[in-house]
Amino acid sequence: MNKQLLLGAEAIAQAALDAGISGVYAYPGTPSTEITEYIQRSIQPEEAPVRSAWSTNEKTAYEAALGMSYAGKRSLVCMKHVGLNVAADPFMNSSITGVLGGLVVVVADDPSMHSSQNEQDSRVYGKFAMIPILEPASQQETYDMVRYAFDLSEEMELPVLLRIPTRLSHSRAVVSRKEAVTQNSLQPSTEKGKWILLPANARRNYQKLLEKQPEMVKISESSHFNRITEGDGERAVIAFGIAYNYVMEVIETYKLHIPVLKIGQYPLPEKKIKVFTEKNSDILIAEEGYPVQEELFKSYFGNGKFRGRLDGSLPRTGELSPGLLEKALQVETDDKKSIPQIVASRPPMLCKGCSHRDLFDAINRVMADYPQKHLFGDIGCYTLGALPPYSCISTCVDMGASITMAKGAADAGIRPAVCVIGDSTFTHSGMTGLLDAVNDRSPLTVIISDNGTTAMTGGQDSAGTGRFFDICKGLGVEEAHIRLIVPLKKNLEENAGILKEEFDYNGVSVIIAQRECIQTKKVKSKKAEH
Amino acid sequence: MQRNIIIAGVGGQGILTIASIIDLAAMNLGLNVKQAEVHGMSQRGGAVESHLRISSEEIWSDLIPLGKADLILSIEPMESLRYLPFLAPEGIIVTATEPYDNISDYPDRSELLHTIRHSGSHLLVDAGTIAREAGSAKVYNVVMLGAASPYLGMAQEEIEKAIEAFFSHKGDEIVSMNLKAFRLGRDNRTK
Repeated sequence: MNKQLLLGAEAIAQAALDAGISGVYAYPGTPSTEITEYIQRSIQPEEAPVRSAWSTNEKTAYEAALGMSYAGKRSLVCMKHVGLNVAADPFMNSSITGVLGGLVVVVADDPSMHSSQNEQDSRVYGKFAMIPILEPASQQETYDMVRYAFDLSEEMELPVLLRIPTRLSHSRAVVSRKEAVTQNSLQPSTEKGKWILLPANARRNYQKLLEKQPEMVKISESSHFNRITEGDGERAVIAFGIAYNYVMEVIETYKLHIPVLKIGQYPLPEKKIKVFTEKNSDILIAEEGYPVQEELFKSYFGNGKFRGRLDGSLPRTGELSPGLLEKALQVETDDKKSIPQIVASRPPMLCKGCSHRDLFDAINRVMADYPQKHLFGDIGCYTLGALPPYSCISTCVDMGASITMAKGAADAGIRPAVCVIGDSTFTHSGMTGLLDAVNDRSPLTVIISDNGTTAMTGGQDSAGTGRFFDICKGLGVEEAHIRLIVPLKKNLEENAGILKEEFDYNGVSVIIAQRECIQTKKVKSKKAEH
Repeated sequence: MQRNIIIAGVGGQGILTIASIIDLAAMNLGLNVKQAEVHGMSQRGGAVESHLRISSEEIWSDLIPLGKADLILSIEPMESLRYLPFLAPEGIIVTATEPYDNISDYPDRSELLHTIRHSGSHLLVDAGTIAREAGSAKVYNVVMLGAASPYLGMAQEEIEKAIEAFFSHKGDEIVSMNLKAFRLGRDNRTK
C-alpha cells in the first residue's frame, strides 16, 4: 500500500528503508525508540539485509553508522536528544571526516521534558558541527525529508541531522511513500587522509568543511522546505519546524492574513530571511525548543522588531501549542474552561509485581539503620523509586552517573555509598565507572537491578543479559563480593541481610538483583498462547 | 466534516486501541487523520491521552486547540475532567464511571460524578457491567467506543467495519465479542 497511517517516528523508518539503508544503529530512548522498532518489524527475509539490532549506547551506534558510511553504504543512526551528548565525540568529528555512503542522524528532542531530564535543542549541535539540519512540520514532510537527507548527505559528503520533537514523533498521519531505491553496493572509501584525523589532515578537512558552508546556504535558499505563504499587513511570522503547524492552525481558524516564512532546512537561507524581515515590522519567531534563531535575529538587527520566547510573547520553556500561538498572535479568547480542583495528579508508578519494588523494600529496610541514607540513582523505570512509597533515591542525572557519583561521594566520606542502576544502563555507561571504583578501591556497593530488558522504553533487548557476573568479575570486582539476589517479597529478610553485609564491606561490591520485568514476561506468555 | 476527540485514561487502559479503530474508519472514508499519543514514562500507570483529529480538510496541528474538542471520551471518570479546558462549549463528555484508583488522594466518587454532571453535556457509562455482559472485562474500552459512537461523525457501519478489520487477526470469536461490546455500549445510553 502506498498510503499508510504512520507515527512521525515510523515515517522516518519507512523513508530510511525506501532510501536503501543497509543498517540502522540506535540505543532506545523516548521519543526515538519507535524508529528502530519499526525497521526491526519491517525487514523482509527475501529482501537485501538491513542490520538493525540495538547498540550498547549512542556512541557505539554512531561510530558503527559511520563505519557503514565508510564502506560506501547508507546508514541511519537514531537517538533521543540527550543521547547525542553521549555520541557527541563521533558526531562532531564526523563533520570533519565527512562521509561516503549517506549518513542521516535522527535526534528526537523532548520539549516539555515528557520523558527526559532536560529539553536541550539539537539544532545547536547541528550548527556546532556545521552540517545541514532538517526540521519537519508534518509526518509527510518527515518522510520526504529523510529521503532527501540521504541524497544531500552523499552530495555534500556530510552527515545530515534531522531533528524531530516528541509531538511529531508520537503523532500519526497518513503518509504517501515514494518509489524505493536499492542499497548502495560495497565500495569502501579509498581517500585515506579524509578519515585519519591527524592534525595535518584535520586542519585540511576543517577548511573543506568551512568552504562547504556557502554551498549549504545556497541549497537552503532554494529548498522547498523553506517557503513563504503570502499575506498582508505589518505583522508576520517566521515558523520553524513543527511550530509552523500551530501557526497555520491559528491563521486558518481566525482567518488572519499574515505572511508566514516556514523554515525546515538549515543553515538559514540568509537572503530569503533578509527580504522577508525587511518587508515586515512586527515579526513573531515561533520555534520549538530554545530561542536559537530568535537570539540570532535580535542580535543581528538590534531592534524590537522580533518577538518570541525571549520577550514573553511565547513562554521561554516547554513545547508550543495552538493556544500559545493564539495568545502570541493576539486572537486568544478567554472563555475556556479550567481543570476542576477535584482532579488529582496521577504520576507514573512502578507496575504491580515489578522487581524494583521488592528491591526498594529491601534497601529501605537496611538503610533504616544508617544515619546517612543516600542512594545514587540512574535512568530507567527504577528512577520512580524517588517517589512515594519508596522515596529512597537521592540522585538521577545521566546514564551511568549512579556509579560514578556514588564513587565520588564515597571518596568524600559518605558511608555507605550505594547506587542502583538498571542492567541496560549499566552496559550503556556504567561499566567504565565501575572500573574506576575498582582501580581506586572505593568503598562502594553497586546494585544492578537486572530485569533482563530495557524496560522504560518498552522492553528492548539489553546488551549484557546473562553476563553481569562475568562482566563485574572481569572488571576486577572480587568474586566473593559479587552477590546474586532474587527480589521477591518472600526473600526480603535474606536479601536485606546480603545488602547489609555488602554495605558494610570496605571495598567495591556488586549486588545483582535479578528478576524478569513483568511487562516483558506478560508479552512472552501472550506470545506463547498464540 | 471535522471532529476533534480527546481520548483519556490511565496508562494500560487501552486508549490507543480506541484511537486505532477510529483512525481506521476515518481512513476508509478517505478522511484526513492526525493522532497524537503519549509514549514513555507516563504509560506506567500515569494519566495518558490521545488527541485525535478527523477532517475532510487539511489538519495542521497535531494537538487540539483549547476549547475545540467536540468529544472527550474517557475510560476513567477523573481523567475526563483533566482535559476539560479542551472541550468546546457545545462538546460532550462520554466517560466510564468506574474509578481507576491507583493514587492515595483519589477524590470522593459522588463528588467526582457531581462535578462531571456540572461540567457540560455528559454521558456516564457503567462500562464494567456492560463489558462483562459482552463476555469479558477486556472489552471495556470498546464498550466506551460504542457509547461515544454517535458523536464521531461517522456511520455506525463504518466503525463496525473498522472493529472487524482491527480484530480480524485474533479470530472470529474476538471479533464478535468486540462487536457485541460496541453495540451494547452504543445502546446502553440511559444514564
